[in-house]
Amino acid sequence: MPGLRVGVLVSAIIVAAALWAHSSNNTAQGVAAFEQVYSVLISPRCINCHTATNYPQQGDDRHRHVANVVRGPEGKGVPGLNCAGCHQETNADSTGVPGGHNWHLAPLEMRWQDINDRPLSSAAVCRQLTDRSRNNNLDGPGLLKHHEEEPLVKWAWDPGRRPDGAARTLPPLTHEQFIAATRRWVEAGTPCPK
Amino acid sequence: MALNRRGFLRVSFAAAGGLVVALHFDRTSPAQETGMPRQPAKVYPPDAFVNIRPDGKIAIQVNRLEFGQGVQTALPMVLADEMDADWNNVIGELAPAADVYKDPLFGIQLVGGSGSIAHSYQQYRELGAKTRAMLVAAAADRWKTTADKCRTEASVVHGPNGQSATYAELASDASRKPVPATVRLKNPSEFRLVGKRVKRLDSRPKCDGSLKFGLDLDLPGMKVAVVAHPPVFGARVKNVNDAEARRVDGVREIFEIPLTKGTGVAVVADKYWPAKQARKLLNIEWDLSGVEAADSTELWTRYKRLAQTPGNVALARGDQSALEKVAAENRIVAEYEFPFLAHSPMEPLNTTVRFDGDRAEVWAGSQFQTVDQMAVAEVLGLKPEQVTFHTEMAGGGFGRRAVTDSHVQREAAVIAKRLKGTPVKLVWSREDDVQGGYYRPMHFHHVEIAVGADGFPAAWRHVIVGQSLLMGTPFESMLVKNGVDETATEGTADTLYNIANMHVSVHHPKVNVPVLWWRSVGHTHNAFVMETLIDELAARAKVDPIAYRRKLLKPEAKKLLSTLDLLDKQTAAWRNRLPKGHALGISCHECFGTGVACAVDVSIENKRPKIHRATLAVDCGVAVNPLTIESQFQAGVGFGLTQLMAKGAITLKNGIVEQRNFDGYVPPYIVDAPVAVDVHIVPSAEAPTGCGEPPVPVISPAVVNALARLTGKRYRSLPLVSV
Amino acid sequence: MATFQLTVNGQRREVNVDPSTPLLWVLREDLKMTGTKFGCGISACGACTVHVGGVATRSCIVPISHIGDRPVITIEGIGNDAVGRAVQNAWVDEDVVQCGYCQSGQIMSACALLKSTSRPTDQNIEESMGGNLCRCGTYPRIRAAIKSAATQINKGGA
Repeated sequence: MPGLRVGVLVSAIIVAAALWAHSSNNTAQGVAAFEQVYSVLISPRCINCHTATNYPQQGDDRHRHVANVVRGPEGKGVPGLNCAGCHQETNADSTGVPGGHNWHLAPLEMRWQDINDRPLSSAAVCRQLTDRSRNNNLDGPGLLKHHEEEPLVKWAWDPGRRPDGAARTLPPLTHEQFIAATRRWVEAGTPCPK
Repeated sequence: MALNRRGFLRVSFAAAGGLVVALHFDRTSPAQETGMPRQPAKVYPPDAFVNIRPDGKIAIQVNRLEFGQGVQTALPMVLADEMDADWNNVIGELAPAADVYKDPLFGIQLVGGSGSIAHSYQQYRELGAKTRAMLVAAAADRWKTTADKCRTEASVVHGPNGQSATYAELASDASRKPVPATVRLKNPSEFRLVGKRVKRLDSRPKCDGSLKFGLDLDLPGMKVAVVAHPPVFGARVKNVNDAEARRVDGVREIFEIPLTKGTGVAVVADKYWPAKQARKLLNIEWDLSGVEAADSTELWTRYKRLAQTPGNVALARGDQSALEKVAAENRIVAEYEFPFLAHSPMEPLNTTVRFDGDRAEVWAGSQFQTVDQMAVAEVLGLKPEQVTFHTEMAGGGFGRRAVTDSHVQREAAVIAKRLKGTPVKLVWSREDDVQGGYYRPMHFHHVEIAVGADGFPAAWRHVIVGQSLLMGTPFESMLVKNGVDETATEGTADTLYNIANMHVSVHHPKVNVPVLWWRSVGHTHNAFVMETLIDELAARAKVDPIAYRRKLLKPEAKKLLSTLDLLDKQTAAWRNRLPKGHALGISCHECFGTGVACAVDVSIENKRPKIHRATLAVDCGVAVNPLTIESQFQAGVGFGLTQLMAKGAITLKNGIVEQRNFDGYVPPYIVDAPVAVDVHIVPSAEAPTGCGEPPVPVISPAVVNALARLTGKRYRSLPLVSV
Repeated sequence: MATFQLTVNGQRREVNVDPSTPLLWVLREDLKMTGTKFGCGISACGACTVHVGGVATRSCIVPISHIGDRPVITIEGIGNDAVGRAVQNAWVDEDVVQCGYCQSGQIMSACALLKSTSRPTDQNIEESMGGNLCRCGTYPRIRAAIKSAATQINKGGA
């Protein structure tokens, strides 16, 4: 019966259109969620160790770290100047030195700035984060778990005091908000901005 | 320090209102007879300098602070050589403050002006020879023979018939012998130590942590003090809330103290850490009224304006209109900027004082013992002879430990006075040091040069702007003439380049920033200006930079000419064969009697100058210890490069120093220093001249001259923020 | 105030200090071991370098509360092994020191380098020693001494 066939076709088209609209809404929401995640990634507490250079940064003004410390072959510094030599397992508030487990630089594959210390775009950072050949082979849930559990990630929300006694500034979202945004992004299929 | 005139200093005390200390400088030249009685010739009794111990060790008192320059080895070497002492048993000790240890030329006990060897070489030779003569006389007595029949070697006297006696055995008898009035000194061919590469005496204890510096001092019952200084120089405490600070465990006392200018708050505790923590918790309201809030930006504007017109004349030679006679396209106009510099020796400033009412004891790594002793005595209401002043080994100085107002020692004395009977160690943190003033002053130069048809300067008009170091200090009468502080013009007004028509003048603005001599003093900026402009002229004339300097130097510039010759020879193999991306930089400069020529091989790495190699040729007269000299020059250029560091500047904003520590004021690290430095000494029998400061002025212009070849830019504003 | 036990140069020591006190000041003022030097207090100069658990550490910024059981080696004890001896001997043979104040830290950093890299290149030296400040500028002789120590260590001598 021709009417029924047309009806099924129209329904199919309507359903498909609805599905497409939902997923592009999903994509838009996912991208928006990523922009939230990105705002944390490029805040000083995170980006200072995600450099493209031979050195880490420090401070809210992200200047080059004192004492000419360098990356070294594994991002852990060099003999005589290992990160963990000064950065202990926990913050040292009386001297203003931050600390966390296994303090080290993010690998160059995870650099979020260029060699002139300027943050990369959210599109570029997103592409890196979702590139499994560069991100330690993490899928969406893996990324979420990383954001939830990795000590150095969590450190950003408990960064201790500066040498002048003032509390270090926190990322623009709370850790809970950061996780929630990550979850929305992952559930949307980790879409990237264009 | 630029104390380069002969003379004697007298200490006098004004009667009225207690002790007022003044230093008068009397010229020895008859033309400037002041009518004051001449200082009697100094007598240096050997037993104040040499102590031969029963175990054979020979302790030699060094009349200078040892702060890296190697004098604790070099002067004992000189004495030990004339004495024929066994060098393996010689110990160098830093003499306390006393008349007999005063610099023979300057009449005060000090280290400065690169004068340690220059002024004490002859003195220590005589001391060694006299000691030897007395030992021989004692032996001759013992063996009933005559001195001329005896000979000495390695702390043993040998008699004519096989007799021998060690110096230790003879010491007691020798000390009873009369000190000879005159004595024969060795012929240089007889030297066993002088002229040889003798290793330092203090190496091992500096490598195993056992050597104690002033900061390491620990005395029974000692307390540690820190002082909160005003954020603007000379400001005063308005009120203090110290309730929180007093709650820190180990804090003993907190009280306001006068400073040389303004007031501060002293915190005394059992140890440094609680003192420092307590100071952080002080809530101090400062009275900033009535003191100038110096500001670097404002100062640059002021200095630049002043530099456009001549100041007080330091030199006016030849035709003063020669500049205008040359067409504009043959004139160079150059303006230079030099910021404040902190010395920042590695060992933070410190002094320990114990006041006992009728006497006091001081421990300090001081470059200025006589002056500091007088200052402590004045604070404590004592005579200088009631103050025992120990000279401690110091972790660097560069001029920072020779301050005419003795401000650190005064602070310590004021605190010790309050804690009578208790030794107090005053410690300045690195922040106190970086922010505490006494900097190499800011300078602005305005230079106009007329380039003659022959490529040489036909006229040179030079205006310098910078605070005077010496006005208002006891040294003013010595080195400030007609409104010109010679420590600001040295290196330019007395240039050895043959510039017939030359005019040098200076403005000395008054600025509320304490200033001080920084290793090589006026040469730090004057040599930079001269050597970069000379280089520019050479390039413009298309003449080799060494050849150009040779031609332009006066014939009497013997040391510079000899060093340029030696440099030419020593760099022949590499200087015109540099790899791509590398360039040669040349400079030469004479200061404190020593001529230095420098060649560097520079490339640009990570946007900074990379100095692959520096070759230095030095003419310092007799090279007493060539190893010391080599070290001084290899390392001294590393110090000199402070001027080129991207963050090598102290700046002020609204009266407050903007830098805090080595994160904001960044001196050269290993990556910034030359990778290799080879040093060559011109053989000479002339009287020895100093090597403490001469390495510093040559390196920065040499590097910048190389950079100019690489980039085509002129670098006239320091520090070198970008290349 | 709290009591801390620590092992310094192989010896068990006990101190009673504020837990916030940096190891540097515990060494210098409570244990009276002044070989480790105070230069800046913000880990920028390296004069305070010690080894904690075998890792070169800037003691001015590590509070005593963070040390725990990890053994501490200072300049006073570094000469107890072949590498330390070789470095100290090389420093003396090459006449490295001038004022000497930074050299405890320089030696401790050099030992950390040589314990991990027996044939350091110029770049290794520049990176590992890159944070040790020397105002006198003894850097060229430090380079030479590290190379000389490396030669000695590789020969099996010390």
